Parts: sequence; C-alpha cells; structure tokens
Amino acid sequence: MGLLSDPNRRRALISLLTRLNAPICVVCYMAGVAWFMGLAFEPFTLRTYMSENAMGSTMVEERFPAGERALGTGREFSAHKKKAGGMPVDWLVKTMQSRGLEVFTQRFSRRLPFPDEDKERYMVKGTNVYGILRAPRAPRTEALVLSAPCSPGDDNNQAVGVLLGLAQYFRNQVFWAKDIIFLVNEHDLIGMQAWLEGYHHTNTTGMDWSPLQGRGGSIQAALSLELSSDVVTSLDLVLEGLNGQLPNLDLANLFYAFCQKIGVLCTTQGKLQRNDWDSVSGYSHAVQTMMLMVMKQASGRPWGDHGLFLRYHIEAATIKGINSFRQYKTDATTIGRLLEGMYRKLNNLLERLHQSYFFYLMPSLSHFVSIGYYMPAFGLLALILLLRALDLWIQLATPPTFNLNPPPSQMSSPGVLSVLTPLVISHLTGVALYTLPIHFQEIAVEHFPVSETEAVVLTAIAVYTAGLALPHNTHRGLFVPPFNGWKVLKLVAVLYLAVLLGCTALINFSLGFILALTLVPVAAFVTPDVPKALSAFIMVILSPACTLLFSVFLFQELQEMPVSFLDGWMLYLSVISQGILDHALYGSLVYPLVALLVYPCWLLFWNILFWK
Amino acid sequence: SHAAIKIQPMRQFFSSGHTNNWAVLVCTSRFWFNYRHVANTLSVYRSVKRLGIPDSHIVLMLADDMACNHRNPKPATVFSHKNMELNVYGDDVEVDYRGYEVTVENFLRVLTGRLPPSTPRSKRLLSDDRSNILIYLTGHGGNGFLKFQDSEEISNVELADAFEQMWQKRRYNELLFIIDTCQGASMYERFYSPNLMALASSQVGEDSLSHQPDLAIGVHLMDRYTFYLLEFLEDIHPSSKANMNDLFKVCPKSQCVSTPGHRTDLFLRDPGSALITDFFGSVRKVEITMETINLTEPIHFVNEERQKETYSYVDQLPVSEIIHQKPKQKDWHPPDGFILGLWTLILLVFFKTYGMKHLKHIF
Repeated sequence: MGLLSDPNRRRALISLLTRLNAPICVVCYMAGVAWFMGLAFEPFTLRTYMSENAMGSTMVEERFPAGERALGTGREFSAHKKKAGGMPVDWLVKTMQSRGLEVFTQRFSRRLPFPDEDKERYMVKGTNVYGILRAPRAPRTEALVLSAPCSPGDDNNQAVGVLLGLAQYFRNQVFWAKDIIFLVNEHDLIGMQAWLEGYHHTNTTGMDWSPLQGRGGSIQAALSLELSSDVVTSLDLVLEGLNGQLPNLDLANLFYAFCQKIGVLCTTQGKLQRNDWDSVSGYSHAVQTMMLMVMKQASGRPWGDHGLFLRYHIEAATIKGINSFRQYKTDATTIGRLLEGMYRKLNNLLERLHQSYFFYLMPSLSHFVSIGYYMPAFGLLALILLLRALDLWIQLATPPTFNLNPPPSQMSSPGVLSVLTPLVISHLTGVALYTLPIHFQEIAVEHFPVSETEAVVLTAIAVYTAGLALPHNTHRGLFVPPFNGWKVLKLVAVLYLAVLLGCTALINFSLGFILALTLVPVAAFVTPDVPKALSAFIMVILSPACTLLFSVFLFQELQEMPVSFLDGWMLYLSVISQGILDHALYGSLVYPLVALLVYPCWLLFWNILFWK
Repeated sequence: SHAAIKIQPMRQFFSSGHTNNWAVLVCTSRFWFNYRHVANTLSVYRSVKRLGIPDSHIVLMLADDMACNHRNPKPATVFSHKNMELNVYGDDVEVDYRGYEVTVENFLRVLTGRLPPSTPRSKRLLSDDRSNILIYLTGHGGNGFLKFQDSEEISNVELADAFEQMWQKRRYNELLFIIDTCQGASMYERFYSPNLMALASSQVGEDSLSHQPDLAIGVHLMDRYTFYLLEFLEDIHPSSKANMNDLFKVCPKSQCVSTPGHRTDLFLRDPGSALITDFFGSVRKVEITMETINLTEPIHFVNEERQKETYSYVDQLPVSEIIHQKPKQKDWHPPDGFILGLWTLILLVFFKTYGMKHLKHIF
C-alpha cells in the first residue's frame, strides 16, 4: 500500500512530524541562514561571462580623443548653472545643437506629498533637455540613452561635460544603427520619471509634464553617468533599481569586460575585489559586498537615475566615478573610451538583452549567484512555515485526549468568526498605517511643534505602536473566543505569511529573505502559552519596524561609516520618510507592502500571543 | 574520312571531360556578427571570377547585406584581411539571391533545376552533362546539418539526395563541394552519387575557427580555412597546373586548429589529375591545328556510338548498381500470435500462484 494511504504508516509519519517538528524547524532555519552566507563563498559562485552572441568580445577600437575638451565643457556648464541658478536650459540647447543633435526640452512640475528634508524640496519645477543623434543610415526604430543628472552645487559637472564630448564624437561616426539620446535631467529621479513617462505616454504617478516633441524609437539600453571630479581612481557600477529590479547581467558583464580591457579599476557597491577568497578576511569582504547589494535591493528604491528605466524593460545601469586617494588615476579620455566601447557593443545588439540572468546577486563584479542558487535559502525558511502549518492542521484534525472543549460541530462557526475578527482589525490598522500619516500631517503640525516630514514619520510610528495595544482592547469588546480558536488563527496566519513572503521573494528576493529571517521565527514559536513579557519583547525586536532600524545600522557599518545611536535614529526617520516619498513619487511598493500586508500579518501573531 | 581521324585527338583534347564551368556560392547566415561568412563567400567569388568564370555562370547567394549594414564603419565594403587590406566586395559584385531569398528550398531548387518558369536566367543553374560545378557553402553547422538564416536547416541526407537528382538528370560532369562550417565533414558523409569530390574545414566534433579580428570594424573578418584557401587561390592563374592534391594540403592543423577533411572515393579520376582550374576557373581550351577541314562537304558523324557513349559511360559505373539496388534488410520478428500466447501464459501462472485477490491491485 502507498505511504500516505496506509493508516499505520500515516500515523507513523504524523507522529514523526509532530515529535520532530521543532528540531526540524530549527535545523531548517540554520540551514537557510548558512546557505545564504555560503553564497558569497567564491567556489560556490560562477564567473561572469558574456551571454549575448551579438555583443561578443570587447573587440572594438576606441578612439575618443577629447577628454580635456569635455572637461572644459563641464566647467562652462558649471558656470552657466551657477548663473542660471538651476538648469542652464538655453546654453544646453545651443551647445547640443552646435554638436549636430536634434534638441528638445520638457517641462515638468510636481508637488510632493510632504517636504523632502534630505533634498530640501517640496514644490518641484524643472526642465529636462535632451538631444537625439539620429543614426545616419538606419530607420528610427531603436534607441540608446546616455544620461547625466543636473545636480545642484558642484556635483556632476564633469558628467555633463563628458556627455557633450561624447555627443560630438559620436556625431562624426557612420556606424550607428540606433538613435542615441543624450539626456540631461533636472531634479534627478523626478526629472527622469517625467521624461520616461512622457516618452512612453504613461502617467502612473500623477506628475505634470509637457509632452515630448521628439522621440527616437524603442530604447534598448541606457547608461547614467555620475562624475564629479576631473580624474577618478575607480568606476563604480550601480545596478539596483526600483522595487529591487535589476538589469540584465549582460550589462554588468559588458562593463566589467571593458574595464578589464582598458585597465580601469572597477568596483561594485564601492568595494574593490579581493583575490584571497580562501582567507577569512577575503570571505568576509565578499559577504559584505553581497549584503550591501541585498540591503540596497530590499529597500526598493532606485539607487541611481537608471533605476526608473527598468520598469519599462529597458536594461540600465549607473556608472559613478569615484575619486579616492589612490596613486593610479584615470582621466576623462579613458572614461570616454570606455563609454564609447560599451556603446559600440550595444549598437551591435539585434534584440533586447535577454540571454543572461535577470535575477542574481553579486558578491563581486566578476562573480555572481543566480536565482537557482539563492532561492533554496528562502525555500528552507518557507519550509518552516509549512511544517508549522502541517503541525497545526494535525492538531486541529485529531481530537485532543482531554476534551474540555465544546464538541467539534460547535467549534466551526465561532472558529471562523474568531479568525475573521483579528484579520479584519489587523488589516484596518494596516490601512490606517498606510493612509493616516500623509492625510493628518496638517493636523499634526497644528498641534505639535514639528515639521511636516517629522509629523508624517512620527504619525506612522504612532499608528504602528498603537497597533500593539489592540489585542487587549478587542478582546474586551467582543465575545470570549473558544480555547482552541487561536490554533485556527495561527494556521491562517502562518499560511498567509508563507504566501506573502513567497510572492515577495519571487519579485524582490532580498526583501523577502530579510522579512523571512525575522518573521519566520516569530510565526514559528508564538503561542498563547509562551511567557508573555519575554515573547512580547522578542516579537517587538523582530517586528518589521525594528528590523528596519537594525538594517539602517548594519548598512552604515557595511559602508564603513558607522553612526552613533542618535544619528542612526535620525537616519531611521529619514529612511521612513524617503520610503513613503518613493511610493508617492515613483510607485515603489515597499511601503504599501509593509504597511498593508506585512504589518497586519505580524499583528495577527501579536494577537495570538495575547490570546485569552 | 577526315572526321574520323579528328575524333582521336579530340578525345585527348577533352581529357577532363567538361566543357563549361559553373559555381554556386552560398552564405547561409545573417546578422552583423556573422560578417565573416559573407566575407568567406565573397573571397571565393573573387577567385572564381578572376580565374575566368563569368557572372552568368555564377550563382551567388548571400543571406545578409554586410556592405550596406548600418553598423559597417566603411559602407559598401567587405574586407577579408584585417587593417582593411583587401576589399572583396569591389565594384562589380553580382548577387543573385540576396537576404531572405537564401532558403533551403531555393538552394535545392537551384541545384535540381526545378524552378518556376518566371525565374530569371541569372538565378538558374543552367548546367549540362559536360559542366564542372563548384559548390561552396559556409555558415553555422553541426553534425549532419547546416543552418540557413537562423530558422531552418539542411541535412546531409537532403544534400546527398539533391546531388543524386542532379546526377540522374545529368546536370553535372564533375562536382567539387567545399564547406566551411563547424563539423563540416559530416555534410559529405552521405554522398552516394558518382563524380563528387568534397572538402570540409573541420571533422565531426571539431569547430571551425574564425580569424582576422578587426578592431575598427569590430567583428572577425574571415574563417581560418577560407582565409588560407584564398591565399592559396591568389597564387593560381588560369594556366596553372596545380592539382587537387595541392588543394587538400591547404590549411593544415597547425594553421587551422581544426583538421580539414576531404573525400575522393566517389570521384572517378585520380585527384592528382584534376586541375584546380577544372573547378575554379573557366579555361577555354584552344588548339592550333595545321590541318584543313573541307566545309563544303556535309559532316556526317561517323560513329553514332558517340551519343550512346554518354549512356554507356554511365552504365559502366559499378557504383550506381551497388548503391541503387541494395535490398532493404528486414528485421526478423517472431510471429504475432506467439507473443500474445506467451504473455497469457505468464499471467495465468502468476494468478495461479498468488491467487485472484491480487487482481484488485491492477484495477
């Protein structure tokens, strides 16, 4: 007879499951964490390689000569920027036209839901300027984009200079098969969002922009350049985009291949690669690089102007020039040649980049881990939830030996209601957490001496903390639920968490994994029987808000800029406000996910802990 | 009388057996990164034209236009040597099948002559039984197939059958088949028609490698085998006496990395007696005679056997007998009823031993 259909064997399996449930859960958790840490170990990773046949090797001759002239143009741009007090639109239009591009501008304006204290803006008005280099012999069906942000102050002047220098050089070549769009965007991400929405005729975030007069065909790839010094010592590649989306790995492979060919020092996450993978410090370096990528991806915000292209299935990356105090310096001509080589190779593309991976982690620029290798780490954590659900199901299905409860027929109807009430109340609290901070900021500003941003953030924290008081209050108001009702609620909550984390991990593995690391132990061990005070404390420590707090400190540590507790707390508040702003401005999904789904799920477990 | 005496020297005169030359040159791959395949084909075209075969006797099939590709930094050129030494596109290239017209169906129709009546003459292979044909294929291939246009393939069996159709319709006298792809030797394994000689750039399991990386253009310009073949052919002039054995020596393993192969068992002459110009050139034979011919008398062909000669020539070939009339081997099967009875016996013994209650496991 089969394993599951034979009653004897089934009973044996079930007893095995119930007896060993806790040990297996612990083993799975440790295995999941160990698997994740092992991903950075070099023998478990693969070397990066070019998958796209059309791009082939770096066999191209780069001849860009005019680095110094580009830097001169950058200085002119800086002077005009100071004079105009923002984007020097007329000068840019004139310069691009003199280089033979078709120049167009786009005006945009946006009122933020509350003032952004990091970038000091509230009512944003700006202009994007872009010039299109038409391919001499090709039909206007495809395009490539090179962009540089127009930043306030002294930042990114050299980036615009190199962009204009490359535009002039590219104009003299005959081998372009795609149009190249040179874009200078104002107010970094907001301007980029306006441009992309105008280009693709979508309006998802409620911004106000003038329609684009000139277009270049469907965009195949985009690079964003950030360069703030005349010479650089290394080039950093930023890949993480909106909602943790990553460009195709072939773009990173292309960048790395050219860095090796030209001999420029290249990094990812700002960390140089090390060769000693078998030593402890080498391994920890790789772990740090990977953890930085994981945290950046989990935050769901675009870490460069390229991050917004990914939503339109345009592979994009940001290249940042870093000037640390190192002996070997790279000048603007070499940077121009690297970009020229990359664009010539992208020019050879016949289809969008699709041969390489879209989901990966990079412990260094030359090694990667693909989704097939890192997903089991999350799978092991999700397994714990499934084992717990099975355990609860078995307990609910078999009648207990000492039966003090009402007969099973009576259990079903109060059972459903006892589950539904906490569910509805938790989700209502989640909705409150999502909507109240922004809507009540005026009232908060009237009553308390805080700025709008602080009002929003503190309201969010207040609603979050108020949710902790719920179980005590709701139980008094409603009927007394039966003794075993918490098991049904826990079963529902565990399955709900499993589905939620699973879906999150599929789209944004880092976010799903970090949430799983903290929420799965909570889901696994919480029952009304555990010691209340200690468990409450542990649950609060493992709740999403505290996870975020610890992540902020960890992130600063990994970037080798550790902060004191007070600075860390201010940073934490600004992270919350940035998260809410990202959601309003660009459609980032982390804040709604946490407020509307993860927090209510956690509240369900809080309810179970305080079950009476 | 006089005519009868002339037959003898004419037999020597036409010792090679062919009176005209044709070439079918095919490049099967498209896309900019397959630049080298077009350059390969154009190099062979250039040599063949230089040695005398006119455009009217060349069928050139190029699957993509590299010279006018948007990515070509030197438009209207196709180079075969790096640093742009040799432009094989020139200014008098006549491409007969271009772009999407290069398909397996069109290729086979060209070979077998089964073209619709509206097909222009430049797209037809109008060969007869005294034509020597050079067929050159290049592109991406594998064990037993050649890829056309990234969407279809021709197998070695189809190619062998096409050549057999050509033989049965007497569309060639002798045929030289050259292929430059990965695992090219697999394409001539299945040939069974007489008078075929084949060369390939690599054996089964080997890849043919590219050569001449050019940084200014950004692609590889040639494949190794054809590159050295072109260098070899540049030394051949119309009166050259180099023969096929020299051709077999082109591109040894030290230069080609892969091992070129050839097949001569179906060829009836000794390969040493076949000149390079028998296939690559169109040599007009001229013999100056001191004797006079009386043109007032009508010339009667003395021996009618000359016409029959073509058929008897064929009938002499033992090869066609063996290959065409081989009986098909049928495998022996035991009679049908025997198997049924055997299984019934097994089932009965089983149920007898273990009892009928086990039947419910099956149902």
